[in-house]
Formats: sequence, C-alpha cells, structure tokens
Amino acid sequence: MASLDRVKVLVLGDSGVGKSSLVHLLCQNQVLGNPSWTVGCSVDVRVHDYKEGTPEEKTYYIELWDVGGSVGSASSVKSTRAVFYNSVNGIILVHDLTNKKSSQNLYRWSMEALNRDLVLTRVLVTNGDYDREQFADNQMPLLVIGTKLDQIHETKRHEVLTRTAFLAEDFNAEEINLDCTNPRYLAAGSSNAVKISRFFDKVIEKRYFLRDSNQIPGFPDRKRFGGTLKSLHYD
Amino acid sequence: MSFLIDSSIVITSQILFFGFGWLFFMRQLFKDYEVRQYAVQVIFSVTFAFSCTMFELIIFEILGVLNSSSRYFHWKMNLCVILLILIFMVPFYIGYFVVSNIRLLHKQRLPISCLLWLTFMYFFWKLGDPFPILSPKHGILSIEQLISRVGVIGVTLMALLSGFGAVNCPYTYMSYFLRNVTDTDILALERRLLQTMDVIISKKKRMAMARRTMFQRGEVHNKPSGFWGILKSVTTSAPGSEMPDLTLIQQEVDALEELSRQLFLETADLYATKERIEYSKTFKGKYFNFLGYFFSIYCVWKIFMATINIVFDRVGKTDPVTRGIEITVNYLGIQFDVKFWSQHISFILVGIIIVTSIRGLLITLTKFFYAISSSKSSNVIVLLLAQIMGMYFVSSVLLIRMSMPLEYRTIITEVLGELQFNFYHRWFDVIFLVSALSSILFLYLAHKQAPEKHMAP
Repeated sequence: MASLDRVKVLVLGDSGVGKSSLVHLLCQNQVLGNPSWTVGCSVDVRVHDYKEGTPEEKTYYIELWDVGGSVGSASSVKSTRAVFYNSVNGIILVHDLTNKKSSQNLYRWSMEALNRDLVLTRVLVTNGDYDREQFADNQMPLLVIGTKLDQIHETKRHEVLTRTAFLAEDFNAEEINLDCTNPRYLAAGSSNAVKISRFFDKVIEKRYFLRDSNQIPGFPDRKRFGGTLKSLHYD
Repeated sequence: MSFLIDSSIVITSQILFFGFGWLFFMRQLFKDYEVRQYAVQVIFSVTFAFSCTMFELIIFEILGVLNSSSRYFHWKMNLCVILLILIFMVPFYIGYFVVSNIRLLHKQRLPISCLLWLTFMYFFWKLGDPFPILSPKHGILSIEQLISRVGVIGVTLMALLSGFGAVNCPYTYMSYFLRNVTDTDILALERRLLQTMDVIISKKKRMAMARRTMFQRGEVHNKPSGFWGILKSVTTSAPGSEMPDLTLIQQEVDALEELSRQLFLETADLYATKERIEYSKTFKGKYFNFLGYFFSIYCVWKIFMATINIVFDRVGKTDPVTRGIEITVNYLGIQFDVKFWSQHISFILVGIIIVTSIRGLLITLTKFFYAISSSKSSNVIVLLLAQIMGMYFVSSVLLIRMSMPLEYRTIITEVLGELQFNFYHRWFDVIFLVSALSSILFLYLAHKQAPEKHMAP
C-alpha cells in the first residue's frame, strides 16, 4: 500500500497562524488538541483520491510539509529551511485573519520558497521584491488559507474578506477562510472541501500529467523537462 | 519665571525621548508582529523617556545648566513617576497580559491580575530584608524603601549582564574560538535530516492508509483515552491483524520527530558558524578579531579588580576623573585649571558611559526579544523588557555616582536619599564575579561539547 504515488506540498506562513492545526485537520480530520511551537519541519500525510467519482479515479499520497519559523529569521535558519524546499509540487500559504502583518508576510514567504527553485536554474529574478508578473506566470499551484475566522467580529467580516480576496488575486490562487478548531468548515461536500480537493487535483495534474505538454507559456517549467531544455536555463 | 523655562526644556526633551522610544519599538522590536495593544507601546516609550530624562538631568548637573532648584524638582518628580511605573503599572500589566493568554481564565482577568500584582508586591518587599540597605530612621512608605529594592534588582541585573558580556564579547569577536566547519559537514547533516523526514513520512503513510481502511470499513477509530479505553482497544483489536499497531508507530514517529528537530537545530548552528568564519575573513572581521584580544585583556583585568575589591574589602573613594587629574598634577607636574577641566572631562566620561550603556542594553534587549518571542507572548515579553530597562537605568544612576567628582555627587545623594551606596558597589562586584566565572564555565562546556558531535573524521 505504500507504493502509491506521492506529491509534496509546502505549508508556509508566520509562526502562530495555525499551520500545525490546519495540517492536522486536513490529514486526520480531527482538531489538534495541544498546539505547540513547530521547530524545523513537521510532516503529515493525506490520502487523496484524484478525480474522485470518475473512472480515472486514483489514490495518491499528499505530503504536507509544515515549515516553522518567521520571515525575519537569521539567514542561517533560512538556509537550513531551504533544504525542505526541494522538488515541491504545490504551496499552501496560511495567514491569520486577525493579523494583517501575517498576510503581508505571505509575499516574502512565497518569494523565499519559489526563489529557491529559481536560483537553482538561474532564471533571472527581479531584485527580490515582490513582482506581480512572476506570479502571473508562476506554474506552481498556490492556495491561500486564512485562519481564525471565528475571532473576526461580524461587522468587520466584510472588510477582512475583501482584503483577503485581493491577496488571493495577487497570487493568482484560490482562497479559503476557516477556523482550524472547527471541523465543520472542511466537512465533506462543503465549498471549502471542494476547493481543497480541486487544489490537490491541480497539484497532482501538474506533477504527473503535464509532463509532456507544451502548453506552458513563457516561464519554462524547469523540473519536468529533461535534457533538451536544460541548455536554455544555464548561462 | 526661570522655573517655567527650565520645565519646558525638560518636558520637550522628554517628548523627544518618548518619540525615539516609540520609533524603536515600531521599527526594531515589533517589525514582524502587529501591534494590537497600544498600551504596551505607550508604556514602553514612557519608561524609556523617563529613564533617559534621568541621565539628561545628570548631564545638566555636571554642566550647570538650568536652575539648581528646578533641577532638584525635576529629579524628584522624575523619580516618583519612574517608581510608579516600575512598581505599579508594568507588573500589573504583565500579570494582566499573562492571564489574557490563558483561555480558561479569560472571564476573571481583572481580579486575577490584581492578585498577581499583590503577590509581586509581597515578594518585592521581602526582597529588602536580607540586605543591609537602609538605616532604620526611614518610614515605611518612603521613597528610599522603594528605591533601595529597585536598586538591588537593577544592580543584580547590571552585574549579570556585565559579567556575561565581558566574557562573551571576546569569545564572539575572536576567531580563535571558531570551530572549523566545512561544506561537507553541512551537506552530511542535511542528508541525515532529509533521510529522517523520509522515514517519518513512510510511517505516517502507513498510519494514514490504516486509518482510511478502517474508516471505509465503517469503524470509527477513536484514540484510546483513559484506562478503560486502552483496555478496550487491547481486547477488541481486529483479528488477522493487517491492522498495524497504530500506537506503536505513533511512538516511533514521535521519537523520529524529536530527532529531526535536533538535526534541524544543529544544521542551523553549522550554517551560522560557517557565516561567522566567512565574516572573519573580511576586513571588518579582522578588526573585530583584534578588538577581541583587547577586550579579553580588559575582561581579565576587571575580574581581577573585582576579586581584589571583595577580598580586601575596599571601595573606591575617589572617582577616576579626580584621580587622573591628581596624577597628572602631582607626578607629571602639569598645571592646569582643575575645576574647569574636571567638569568637562567628567561630562565626557559620564556621557560615554551613559550612551554606551543605553545602546548596549537596547541591542541586547532586541536580540533577546527576537530569540524568544512568538506572536502570543510578544506583549508580555516587551513589558518584561520595559521593566528590566527601567530598573537597569535607575541602578545605573546609583552606580554612576561613583564615577563623578564629589561636588556633583551631592544631587544624587540628596534626591535618592540616604542609601548605603557602598553596599551597592560591593554587591555589583560580587555578582559580576559570579556571573563572569559561570559564563566562562558555561562557554567552555558548550565549546567542548559541540565539535565532538558532528565533525567529519
């Protein structure tokens, strides 16, 4: 049974936003009772049915790598974290709806994770600041999740949700807002569960089914292509 | 009339200090977090402002700026406000925020924080008993009682920081102590880390698959909780066990996760050492290396002097400025206007001491804050830091008195009352010695233990 195919998805975000609770909820369908500080990286596995309900249904393992820390860490910690960013197939960006800074830091988080791959293949990047065009061309599937929805007062909810909608648009990604201590947000059949399922399907597709497709514009897909395009990447 | 002008000068400078504290808070301390409770920011900036005003008044004392009676008034007022903040406001807020973090006690925040504050006051009062800091002619609620206790805590903190800093500074500056770290070491450790993660993943895959099969078969797997749950799960385990023992695998996973955390921390440590090695090869690095040698000599001398002071029970009677002037006048025969020069030299000396201690403290506090704070505890930690900062600055004033010539000491003696200043200096020496020696021991052990763990043969 351990011979199913696998995909690797990173879960990134500031410390204290609720990544560990989210991962626990996604993988074990239970609320995490005693969340504590994540040191380094903690992994959990979710069994996912790709294209559920169709004849092409197939089961995959989805590894959720929950990387702890903050964007302002020392560069030695960042270099150590970078070892987890190898061969990633999708990224879930988590932010805290009650904390605006955590949403702003998501740009830096995504740059940190995506730049890792870009540096390896020497594709030219702008000076390191957030560049919207990169995200438009970006081929890595992204999902933005906002946590602690229950702590937002009813009156402020509209304003907060508008802000997060803009955020998700910037990343060219879907967004979900929930409360990690309440399993009903991810109950089977709810719109959130459908979005998550769609996201995982997209990740699996990019990894396994677009291998020999050349519909990808502009931004070369470096990991999937073998030898022929290598000459394009190195200067 | 002149009193009004003097007051406005002091108050303007206080506002400036407040602004500086505010900016420091926003730009340095809280740059990764969002400030939810503005009360914390205000308290921090206010503590900083009033502490700096005290130093400013010392400088004014030396330079003879402002009217002497207005100086005295501002001293007294400043002191009262600082004591109010350090003893009433900050501890109360610390208790309040600590309680707010605990979900259970959310409803009764106020009464519990009052209770915490009363406990703090009790211990704070008890602190004064074993020390011979007061002459019995003072009343119970006088300023001297409070200042003496604040002074004890502050002087202890100063001596601890000073002792550790004196030892740590040459240790970090000098490249002699740098362990040799090569890229292969780092790669080997990273490989181990990734291998451990792979093992964890394969075990978790088994568990996830087992859970899914059990779910599909219609059994809902609850984690056995309590004594009867465990008993039940043992007796009713599925026959023909393709069902792996989940609890056993979970234990293995826990142990492996602990290992992965250790490896992560060690790798981060190696990266940091590698960066330091590269830094030491640059020009700045070489300069700091040289400074390190200089500081190590200074550190040894200070430890030596502290020992002498304690053993021979001597407290310096004259300050360095007057001593220096005496030496130049008597031995070198250079004649100059003693009063004029002593004023200026002590101003420069005291100014340097003040600026370096403020800067050093702020840098240490920032480093400390980055290392241990998280989004939940950031408020409490900042308040603790404000408390430490306030006590530190108050006791700096106590100790600075020794570095000033006699005529300037009077104002401090007048304002702070009849404290046994000599006691504080003795106490500082003792704690400094203890702190420096234990730092040496601690660094020696840490240094010895690290290279044996993961150096490639």
